[in-house]
Amino acid sequence: MVTDETPASAPKMSTRDVSVFYGDKMAVDSVTIDIPQEFVTAFIGPSGCGKSTFLRALNRMNDTIASARVEGTIELDGEDIYRSKMDVVQLRARVGMVFQKPNPFPKSIFENVAYGPRIHGLADGKAELETVVEKSLRRAGLWDEVKDRLSESGTALSGGQQQRLCIARAIAVQPEVILMDEPCSALDPIATAKIEELIDELRGRYAIVIVTHSMQQAARVSQRTAFFHLGKMVEYGETSDIFTNPREERTKDYITGRYG
Amino acid sequence: MVEHTVKAFDEDITRLRGLIAEMGGLAELAIEEAMQALVSGDEVLGNEVVARDRKLDVLESEVDAMAVRTLALRAPMADDLREIVAALKIGGILERVGDYAKNIAKRVNRIEGRSRFEPLTLIPAMGELAAGMIHDVLTAYAARDPELAREVIERDEKVDAFYDSIFRNLVSFMVENPATISSAAHLLFIARNLERIGDHATNIAEMVHYSAVGTYPPDR
Amino acid sequence: MSEPLNPTRTPAFEAQLRKRYAAERRFRLAGLGAILFSVAVLAFLLVTMTFNGIGGFQRATLTVPVDFTVAALTVPEGSDTAAATRALEAQGLPQVVRFSAEEAFGDDAGAELGADAWRIVAAELAANPELLSGEHEFALPASEDLASALAGDGQAHLQPLARRLAAEGKLANTFDPGFMTRSDATDPQQVGIWGALKGSMLTMLVTLALAFPIGVLAALYLEEYAPRSRWTDLIEVSINNLAAVPSIIFGLLGLAVFLTLFPNLRSAPLIGGMTLALMTMPVIVIAGRNAIKAVPPSIRDGAMALGASPIQVVFHHVLPLALPGILTGTIIGMARALGETAPLLMIGMRAFVATPPDGFTDPATVLPVQIFLWSDEIDRGFVERTSAAIIVLLLFLLLMNGLAIYLRNRFEKTW
Repeated sequence: MVTDETPASAPKMSTRDVSVFYGDKMAVDSVTIDIPQEFVTAFIGPSGCGKSTFLRALNRMNDTIASARVEGTIELDGEDIYRSKMDVVQLRARVGMVFQKPNPFPKSIFENVAYGPRIHGLADGKAELETVVEKSLRRAGLWDEVKDRLSESGTALSGGQQQRLCIARAIAVQPEVILMDEPCSALDPIATAKIEELIDELRGRYAIVIVTHSMQQAARVSQRTAFFHLGKMVEYGETSDIFTNPREERTKDYITGRYG
Repeated sequence: MVEHTVKAFDEDITRLRGLIAEMGGLAELAIEEAMQALVSGDEVLGNEVVARDRKLDVLESEVDAMAVRTLALRAPMADDLREIVAALKIGGILERVGDYAKNIAKRVNRIEGRSRFEPLTLIPAMGELAAGMIHDVLTAYAARDPELAREVIERDEKVDAFYDSIFRNLVSFMVENPATISSAAHLLFIARNLERIGDHATNIAEMVHYSAVGTYPPDR
Repeated sequence: MSEPLNPTRTPAFEAQLRKRYAAERRFRLAGLGAILFSVAVLAFLLVTMTFNGIGGFQRATLTVPVDFTVAALTVPEGSDTAAATRALEAQGLPQVVRFSAEEAFGDDAGAELGADAWRIVAAELAANPELLSGEHEFALPASEDLASALAGDGQAHLQPLARRLAAEGKLANTFDPGFMTRSDATDPQQVGIWGALKGSMLTMLVTLALAFPIGVLAALYLEEYAPRSRWTDLIEVSINNLAAVPSIIFGLLGLAVFLTLFPNLRSAPLIGGMTLALMTMPVIVIAGRNAIKAVPPSIRDGAMALGASPIQVVFHHVLPLALPGILTGTIIGMARALGETAPLLMIGMRAFVATPPDGFTDPATVLPVQIFLWSDEIDRGFVERTSAAIIVLLLFLLLMNGLAIYLRNRFEKTW
């Protein structure tokens, strides 16, 4: 049973007037939002509204695009992730990401999960690495299904299992925030339900931000919802309020299917 | 109001609202005709009202089924969701209103010597008030008008006041004329039914307000 | 006439459908025809080569009985083949062998022994000194003239001798394993391919060692790190053109640059390898770039999102996935380099080299150049040797490609 209390602590990440440009084109327009530690925050909005672009700014994945430019401040635990001395590699270990299409490495299941801890030096020796891998796979709800075939290729799993593997991989580096970019849009309803249950279990331990096209999913999974439209964040509030009685006309039009 | 992208959704909602409007009209008519039968002692009319109540029952099942179907198939959000929930509740309320009118109509032939009853003049006025409340709240529903709904709620005070005075009247009458106790008792019940109809009208008004605005009117 | 219910059920439609199927059949047949033609050409090449070359692995041998009891020959105790040979030569072994041949077959036959026949006897004696106590038959190479006579060509007066000896079973073409261990010579009976083979191997090694790392690193830099600018576009166009430049131009480049820098390394595999590396590198860069481009961005995103640094992304993920494509490009480039003659001729790897190279800086020749040189010879015996050398070249090529394909399949992964 999801209860929507007010958050007890300071927000995990906060953004002030963040704008993202691709060359001259403004994709995200002055977004100010706090991401709470203990809740799942959903970003909804029509295609091209900037929600994915904004999400990618939170772990500096936009840096890989040459023409991308970010203005404004994004803070993780009070530290500006763009301007301060924070190392982008370390940032991405603290703020993990799961993508729309499951993208396990073409290596074994074990190697997929072990890669992150290995490159960051989080595990000393083989035994500790195995412990980390098992713990991550358990937390992702995948251990029982793969414990006998850890050396099989990660790409041999079903779509839903692959996505859970990607989540386990992200968890293995012990992040503080997990960003999910439409994680279920390539999955069937049963796999989707398993992922949503997993998100519910992970809530609290990690600050989770999920971008989704499905309003039902946002309604099921999140406690806070932000509605994006044409690059602006139009409304942000408790999920139950957004979906029963939104304040903004544009929000209402979108969620009742009157948009367009 | 902007239409839904999926037009069939709009058609569903329109049909649902149409059903409620139909129920409302029938309920209003039932109250009016029951009061008319009461005043004129017309048993035939009374029996018609009783028979016609079945239509309301059928319509209520239709509203139920339609609302559940729309919830399942359309996954309505925000004002659409409130609309469906309101329609579901209002349907149930209107069916009960119809039952009260039927109850009134049933008691028509139990009252003797009607011209001697002073309360018999008060009751039609109360009936008019109650019928008026139903009529206006349905207008508010059709127009999605929260202000009109609030105004209807305020009128319930008057209906309650009517009931209190009729009650006192009838009780003292019964004390003075014990022979008329059974008829007076019926009148008491009739007044009670009308008072309940007034209460139900306020319930409908609250749902209209909730559907339109998203909150219930203050001091519910 | 009523309108057809279904536009796809009219006779006009059916007629067109039949035409479409006919076109499909024709196309398939054309494709099959193309394949059959290519296979036929390939088969023709292989069959012709094999037929011509089989003889090249044989040479005419004379079976000569040598009686050591009448010759006073000794092998010094505990000496190796070279020392024993020198000792036996001093003791007159060549004359003994020639005398035995004259004894067995007549004076003219004695003159028709291969010049180095006695060395074979010496080697045997060094290995088994107990032979000196009795008689033993040796299969010794005949001279080039006798070999031609056996084949039906050459000098007329030797033909009867050859026929007689062949009839007696003393002269025949036998399998010549020494072809693979000897080096170039003037006498086709003595000639061997090992010198050129070793030269090719060393040159290919140098080429691979230079072209592969430079090519792969260049491809990585151009795809992963270089910003999109005028300069990178110019470099891309240059590399594409470089891959199409005629190979002899690289020879000129080698001559002008490498030989002025290292004038005493003329004909060395090092120089040859460097020249060929210049030629092979653009092919590897192009194949490498395409292979790297084909790695899906989702893999890179996944690695980066975990906090991998750019180098880690490249070496842990991109490169392993691009390796099959890079190896394919390398196969193509190396196969071309193996068969190149013109640039190596220009830098002087055309000399007559009688001993196999010891290292990368010794003068050497390569298989295609050796084939070219032998094909120029007048002696009829070289014809078969040339075909045999071609077969050796093809086998070497097959081996190299097989190794690369094996490596590529091992690294092939699906994503």
